[in-house]
Amino acid sequence: MNSHPQRLLHDSLLANAASPVLARKAAVVVEGNAHTYAELLDSASRLATALRDRGIVRGDRVAIYMDNSWPCVVSVYATLLAGGVFLLINPQTKADKLGFILDDSGARLLLTDSHLDKEFLPLLAHATHLMGVICSGNLTTGHGIVAFDDVIRDTLPLTEPAATIPLDLAALIYTSGSTGQPKGVMQTHQSMVFTLGSLVEYLRLGRDERILCVLPLAFDYGLYQLLMTVCLGATLVLERSFTYPAQVFARMQAFGVTVFPGVPTIFAMLLSAHQREPLCFAGVTRVTNTAAALADASATRLREIFPSGLIYKMYGLTECKRVSYLEPELAETRPGSVGKAIPGTEVYLLSAEGQPTPVGETGILHVRGPHVMLGYWNRPDLTGQMLRPGRLPGERVLCTHDLFRMDKEGYLYFVGRSDDIIKTRGEKVSPVEVENAMHAIAGIREAAVIGVPDALLGQAIRAYVVLEPGTSLSGKQIRALCAARLENFMVPQDIVLCTDLPRTATGKVSRKALLEQYAH
Amino acid sequence: MSSEAAAIETKVRGYILENLLFSSDAAELPNDASLLERGVIDSTGVLEIILFLEGEFGIQVKASEMLPENFDSVNNMVRFVCRLQGVV
Repeated sequence: MNSHPQRLLHDSLLANAASPVLARKAAVVVEGNAHTYAELLDSASRLATALRDRGIVRGDRVAIYMDNSWPCVVSVYATLLAGGVFLLINPQTKADKLGFILDDSGARLLLTDSHLDKEFLPLLAHATHLMGVICSGNLTTGHGIVAFDDVIRDTLPLTEPAATIPLDLAALIYTSGSTGQPKGVMQTHQSMVFTLGSLVEYLRLGRDERILCVLPLAFDYGLYQLLMTVCLGATLVLERSFTYPAQVFARMQAFGVTVFPGVPTIFAMLLSAHQREPLCFAGVTRVTNTAAALADASATRLREIFPSGLIYKMYGLTECKRVSYLEPELAETRPGSVGKAIPGTEVYLLSAEGQPTPVGETGILHVRGPHVMLGYWNRPDLTGQMLRPGRLPGERVLCTHDLFRMDKEGYLYFVGRSDDIIKTRGEKVSPVEVENAMHAIAGIREAAVIGVPDALLGQAIRAYVVLEPGTSLSGKQIRALCAARLENFMVPQDIVLCTDLPRTATGKVSRKALLEQYAH
Repeated sequence: MSSEAAAIETKVRGYILENLLFSSDAAELPNDASLLERGVIDSTGVLEIILFLEGEFGIQVKASEMLPENFDSVNNMVRFVCRLQGVV
């Protein structure tokens, strides 16, 4: 065990790569290919030098727009070693939003994959802050783009460590908000290191785990599987996605996966595969769910697939990574609960007026702990809505705006959201963001978007659309135009063409009236 | 390619163009293109395709067959359906 305390997010990588026990151990298995801790540090350190050579200094943002891949893992640690702040962008992101995030974050470098060139090439000419692009895969020539593999081969490992201290930013994690524009959650090294310790503690994880990751690394739930793995000296079994379940199942068997993190849509697919052909992963000892509620009935059926798995129901939001978890042994006695605050943190409910909520009554969940974000990047206005003055001078606590009940033992029960955010396939979708993309389509006069219940997706996205007079667009055409602008999971499943939208007294489109109309 | 296989190909292409690419431009879908690589399908997309193939061609897809070699391109899907149907 290393005696050096872990203060920075990448300290554990340095320790593991220097440890005679761990250096040759597989840190990450990417689509079946194993890479050791020594190899991860070597590649990341070489790329870190290349980032420095291209002008990255302490605190600069580096955008990583890649699939779940080896270059992506290397890029995360290279950015940290160079003293930079990484931001991971989902590879499904289309050009407009990618451009917004690059400008908003002020990213100085873009690390990406050649197969995404259709989206990022058109942005290069007018990206204001970008100094360079490093690209994996078959290189697009021209545009001053450098090949990822060449950089790793031709650059020496970093000799001078960055001057980073724990209060410095480690990551910006972009998340959808009710305003329609994504915002960058600022997380410091200190905060992320604390959170990792808390997660590893309650999940009872050790060095021998083989943790599966089929979730995008751009999703904080996916990212933390990588960070936990490296923090533990364990092994991550990284898959590009859950698109081809049989391939994932084969890899789980081949590499002896012990931890299965999922979201309800993945568990629904798993249960549907189980119905086609019985599945059993006896080696899995921990199964985790977050992003949306896992029905108690699904949890019961999952025990057939994971007979030795402890099933964890959890709740969180990007602004503090994770809020609560239910001890798996209590699943039967506390049905419907997402448990208590994660170790080292606390939660409480307040009324809209800021008064403590009596036991059993609905209130707004507030979160206090070192895991709470520093704020939103460059958005003091939005930060002020989420971070409120706490009990101690200068302290800020996170107001989640989610409604909960707490029983007399302190167990939390989710009641509802106090905003219009849609949760689909475990992803947060802002109706305003979808509506904005739809309003940019020629021929659409107005659109309103709501989430409706769906067995597989949790919520499906339904759009009510009013066309300009004299235009004819079919639902399918509208979906196609949306798909060119939005990530796949944001494209409405359902388009309802109508002649008018219900309005509030002040003339604003009423999503509430649409929801009521849908329910009847 | 036999005429049965050609008919399967036409139906598979038609389905993907219309429901996943939302396009009528055949050039957007080369038969050997990886659907995952091009961002055409994700995990729920593959389920939609399986339901379509099962309904259209009267086949049963096993969980262990949900692999890229069976679904990641038009060619792969046509080969897979032909194999299950005994078409040469």
